[in-house]
This record gives sequence, C-alpha cells and structure tokens, in this order.
Amino acid sequence: MTTENAAGAHTQAAPTSIEYIQHHLTHLKSADGMYNLDTFWVSAILGLIFLGVFYMASRKATAGVPGKLQNFVEAVMELVNEVVNSAFHAKSKVIAPLAITIFCWVWLMNAMDFLPVDLLPKLLGYAGVHYLRVVPTADVNHTFGMSFGVMLCIIGFSIKAKGLGGWGKELLTAPFHAHGFMAIVLAPVNFIFQMIELLAKPLSLSLRLFGNMYAGELLFILIALLPWWAQWLLGGPWVIFHILVVTLQAFVFMALTVVYLSLAVEKH
Amino acid sequence: MQALIAQVQSMTVLAAAIIIGLAAIGTALGFAILGGKFLEASARQPELMPQLQTKLFVIAGLLDAISMIGVGVALLYTFSNPFLAAVISAAQ
Repeated sequence: MTTENAAGAHTQAAPTSIEYIQHHLTHLKSADGMYNLDTFWVSAILGLIFLGVFYMASRKATAGVPGKLQNFVEAVMELVNEVVNSAFHAKSKVIAPLAITIFCWVWLMNAMDFLPVDLLPKLLGYAGVHYLRVVPTADVNHTFGMSFGVMLCIIGFSIKAKGLGGWGKELLTAPFHAHGFMAIVLAPVNFIFQMIELLAKPLSLSLRLFGNMYAGELLFILIALLPWWAQWLLGGPWVIFHILVVTLQAFVFMALTVVYLSLAVEKH
Repeated sequence: MQALIAQVQSMTVLAAAIIIGLAAIGTALGFAILGGKFLEASARQPELMPQLQTKLFVIAGLLDAISMIGVGVALLYTFSNPFLAAVISAAQ
C-alpha cells in the first residue's frame, strides 16, 4: 500500500477513511512500544513553555503600571486564587501553585486540539516521524498519570493534616462511627468505603478529561474527512464550542483537585 | 467467519448508538434542570449571578463527565473494536 521513493518519504494511494482515522489515532511509540513518545514530549514542551512564560512575568513584574504579560498572568492567578480561597480553608503553601500549574498546563495541552489535524503530523512527517497524536490529554495514560499525582497529593495532605496514625484511624472509623465490638465489625466496611472514595476521585478526574479530549479530537478527525465546503460549516461551530470545552475541562480538573484536597485535610 | 464478523460489527454499531444516545439524553436533561435552576436563582438574587455562574460551569463540567466517558467508549468500539479483535484472534 505504501512505496518508498528515492527521498525515503512514503508515497501511497490516498488512504481510506478508516485508515486515515486510525492513522491519526495511533501514538508515536518508543522502540519497545511501552511509551507514547508524542504524549511525553508534547506535554514536557508545553510544561516548559508555561513555566517559562510565568517565570518571565515574575521576573519583569513591577508595582507600577503593569505590562500586558503581567496583566495576563495576574488575571490567571486571580482566577485560581478565587477558586482556592472559596474551596480550601486550611493553610497550605503548595495548593495555589499546584492549582495554577494544573489549570495552565491542562489548558495548554487541551489547546493543542485547536491545531489543524494534519498540521503537525505532516510537518513531522517530513522529518521522518510517521505517527503523531498532538493532544497529550487525549491519551488516557497521561490523564491517569496526572490524576495519580493528585491522588498522591490527597494522601500526602491527609497524612500531613492528621498524622499517619490519625489518617489510618480515620480509614477504619469513618464514615460509620461505633464503639467497642461494633467498631471492629464496621472497620472493614469503613475501609472499603474509604478506598472506593479514594480511588473514585482520580478515576473520575482522569476519565472525564480523557473522554472530553478524545471525543473532541475524534470529531475533528471526522470533520477533516468531510468535503471542503463542510469544513467551515461544521468545523467552525465545533471549534468554537471546543474552546469552551477546553477551558471548562481545565477549570473543572483544577477546581476538583482543590476540592478533593480540602476534603483531605478536613478533620471530622 | 464473515457472518461472525458481520454479526459482531452490527452488534457493536447498535451498542455504540445506544451508549451515545442514552448519554445524550442524560446530559440534556441534567443541563436543562441545571440551567433552569440557575436562571431562577439569578432572577431571585441577581447580585449572586457571578458566583452562581462559576458554580454553574463547575457542575456543567461534572455533568459532562460520564457522558463523555460513554462517548469515548463508543468511539473506541467504533474505531478499534476489541470484540472484533477477539473474534479475529480466536479464528487464527
């Protein structure tokens, strides 16, 4: 189906719809097939861009009339600050930077969906990279990685607020409180409930983000298959709606992280 | 063999359609109730509208979650059907 010409590039008969879709849904894998290199590199580069921009803004911050970059960064920080202040009532130096990082990084990764479907894959195709998926958050491995990190934060915040013994005790005595013999009977029940609660949070976080981004990416690929006159007709409204979805999903991921962490430090 | 593949594919089509359809119904009803309550509350207390709008979007994001998971599963079935893969590998 594909032939190599003298330049080593692949020339092929035009792919069928299914082949096109499946080509665009295939990750760039490492040599042993264990890692999705495109997810890793795109997310790393976007993370560095986010850190770089915010660092530059902090370096050039003035108390006088702020420039545009400082205005923008301060707007983002105010938004996140409002969410953190309304949801998290204990003291923590880590939670606001964590929330800002989550919001901005997830937003940047989601926003990779706005690029035309064939743009980066074609450009990188000339460099010899034949499969590329540019949206890291449309990779379930990445969203699970992030939510696993959030779960570790939840456990860490719990232990810090209640102590290791206190947290262990709470795992066995909440939500059903009892004394004496009933406490021993209810301990495994409590433990199961607590584990389900602890595991449901990162599961729902990651699948929500993954589902939204995967569906969005797939719809863009499907729209790309339509004739030229349908591109703007259907693609236009979808990309405008997708702006809302991208921002909303990043915001919801961040807000829910803050809410889960505030629940973790809550003492009963 | 072809009849078997055809049957698996047709069942998968129905499954994907039902998943997406039911998810759409649930989400539509949820958003309708949510939006209606938001409008009522805004009419009663317009000064709370900004805070309520923030919470509106948070809950909208939560409502979307399960239906998006459903859509993701349905699209997975459509484009890389695990049942078809099982049938094909069983036939070899």
